Amino acid sequence: MSAARKASTDVAALPWAGPERRYDIVKEFVIALVVMAVLSVGLAVAFSSPDEKALTFKGWGTTAPENFYATAVGELAGTTESAAYGPPYQEGDGLAVGPLRPQKWMGVRIPVDAANDFVITPLKSQEQPAEVTSAIAAWEGATPDQRTAWATAYDDAVQATADADGALHPDQAATGDYGPVPVLAKALTGMAASGALDGAMVAQGSFYGTTDNTKQILFMGDGSYLDDAATAQNLQGNTWGMMNGTNSYPGQPWLWWASFWYQIPTFNPAEDATTTTSLQDNADAWIFYIIGVIGLVIIFFPFIPGLRSIPKWIPVHRLIWRDYYRKHGNAHLV
Amino acid sequence: MSFHIVAGSLNNPATYLSWGWLGISLSNLVVMLLTVAIFVLAVLLPFPHHEEDDQ
Amino acid sequence: MTAESVAAPAPPAAGSELTDAAAAEDGRMWTNRLRNKFFGTFPPEKLLPDRQPAYVASWIYVFGVACLAALIMLILSGLWLTLEGPSWYHTTSTGHLVNSIHFWSVQLFMIALVVHLWGKFWMAAWRGRRAMTWITGAFAFFTSIGTAFTGFLVQSNFESQWIAFEGKDGLNAVGAGAWFNVANAGQMLLLHVCLLPLVVGLLVVWHVLLVRKHGVVPPIPLKHDPADELAPGEKVQS
Repeated sequence: MSAARKASTDVAALPWAGPERRYDIVKEFVIALVVMAVLSVGLAVAFSSPDEKALTFKGWGTTAPENFYATAVGELAGTTESAAYGPPYQEGDGLAVGPLRPQKWMGVRIPVDAANDFVITPLKSQEQPAEVTSAIAAWEGATPDQRTAWATAYDDAVQATADADGALHPDQAATGDYGPVPVLAKALTGMAASGALDGAMVAQGSFYGTTDNTKQILFMGDGSYLDDAATAQNLQGNTWGMMNGTNSYPGQPWLWWASFWYQIPTFNPAEDATTTTSLQDNADAWIFYIIGVIGLVIIFFPFIPGLRSIPKWIPVHRLIWRDYYRKHGNAHLV
Repeated sequence: MSFHIVAGSLNNPATYLSWGWLGISLSNLVVMLLTVAIFVLAVLLPFPHHEEDDQ
Repeated sequence: MTAESVAAPAPPAAGSELTDAAAAEDGRMWTNRLRNKFFGTFPPEKLLPDRQPAYVASWIYVFGVACLAALIMLILSGLWLTLEGPSWYHTTSTGHLVNSIHFWSVQLFMIALVVHLWGKFWMAAWRGRRAMTWITGAFAFFTSIGTAFTGFLVQSNFESQWIAFEGKDGLNAVGAGAWFNVANAGQMLLLHVCLLPLVVGLLVVWHVLLVRKHGVVPPIPLKHDPADELAPGEKVQS
């Protein structure tokens, strides 16, 4: 082969002209199927699979009623995470990386009004004692400014009851002008503890209810009940939670390259940090862009000079094809 | 129909290993090590070959 | 049957009415063009070959078909779950067993996928105009991760709640959450059992057809060919 022909011919692209061997791919496929069937059924019989029961508002309302109560107050005050989250639930700026603000650009496509969706509407979905009905009427009859004044004042008072462990004691809140807020929060807590809130949130006033659990997920995430359960299972983002499963089951170990970014101080503020950096505040955006870039690098790897030469520099291929090299050298390869 | 679970022993709190900011559940570590081991063995173990298969 | 005989329309039989013009008209038909293109590229002996190059002799090569086998276990166990509905597995032991098969098939699939990916990486398997094989495989990998993600979200248990609550933040941050609502169990279920498996399936079929079309990538040439050091007439050790 002349040097000119060598330079212009991609030998690896030509049909193989060298020695061949019998290879029964159908038999190989059937064996693979049997092996995978035996392994998957065997592992299933031996180890079963995780199925930790979903948390309920009833559970929250009975095991952590103070926290539920305080969260309900926060929803009315608009101080919880989901009440003022921003797009896609409410207007807002969302997270940004430099000039990139896709969260804001996509707008409010999943509108959530925390005070109404999590508190007022569920209360109105069932018959309430006269005191509660009056409280609802008082809330709905008030101006937005008045509602905000009542609810934020009470929210501050409840938050001020926090003890050394951070636990809240709403019954110790200072007295003040809180309007109907305490009655509404107490009624909702009762509704949660009775199990009625779970039903009301799913039914949303109709027979088939909804298969969209956005409101439940957001509401439950605003308190400590869901959060504490996740911490107990090592599922928080900064303990490699993205990768973990519940109990002793394997989780998603293939997500290590995504989970990693939530561990580093650049994006993960220290426990005792009093201020946070812009990178930390916008960590979710930064990290998902990083994950996207990694994905693009992997997808377009054949076109990336340097990276695509790594297999030549670190010759694992000498092990894989050792038999061929020993018998034939570079025959038919160049 | 009920199936007797032989070793349904994974429904207990995870064993979590950590070194500084590195942390991993034991089960995830087992899966990762197993994957590496399978790769190494796949590369090193000889593949069945019969002279009569050669053309 | 050779590639040539299926590529061209049959010549008119003696005494038949088929003229050259008619044969040319046949050749312009979309049906004929598609059929000839497909079976020209993929004659039966290429779709199901009984020979491979001699260098296909390592256990690393079985991990592509291992992925396929695990995917089939996923689909079969998944089909059984769809027959019974998404809440069934919580309430019966058979349901829980089928769910367990589905769960462990995911782990096996991902292990096989990663070993296959590593093998193809160290072989630089994109060489010889095989970039699309790599790209379709990579897309199938990431779509599989997305499919698994939606699967975790439709378990209707604690894990689904937490993953939805956490997952929404990253997706919202890049604008995807407005369209792909991880807390919408109905949307996630339809994606998981319908749209995403279809996408994975199509990518896998495309990927396998490309492997058949281009053949398994040949070895990277050694920097120093042992044959170069031999005396004239001497053979590489056999």
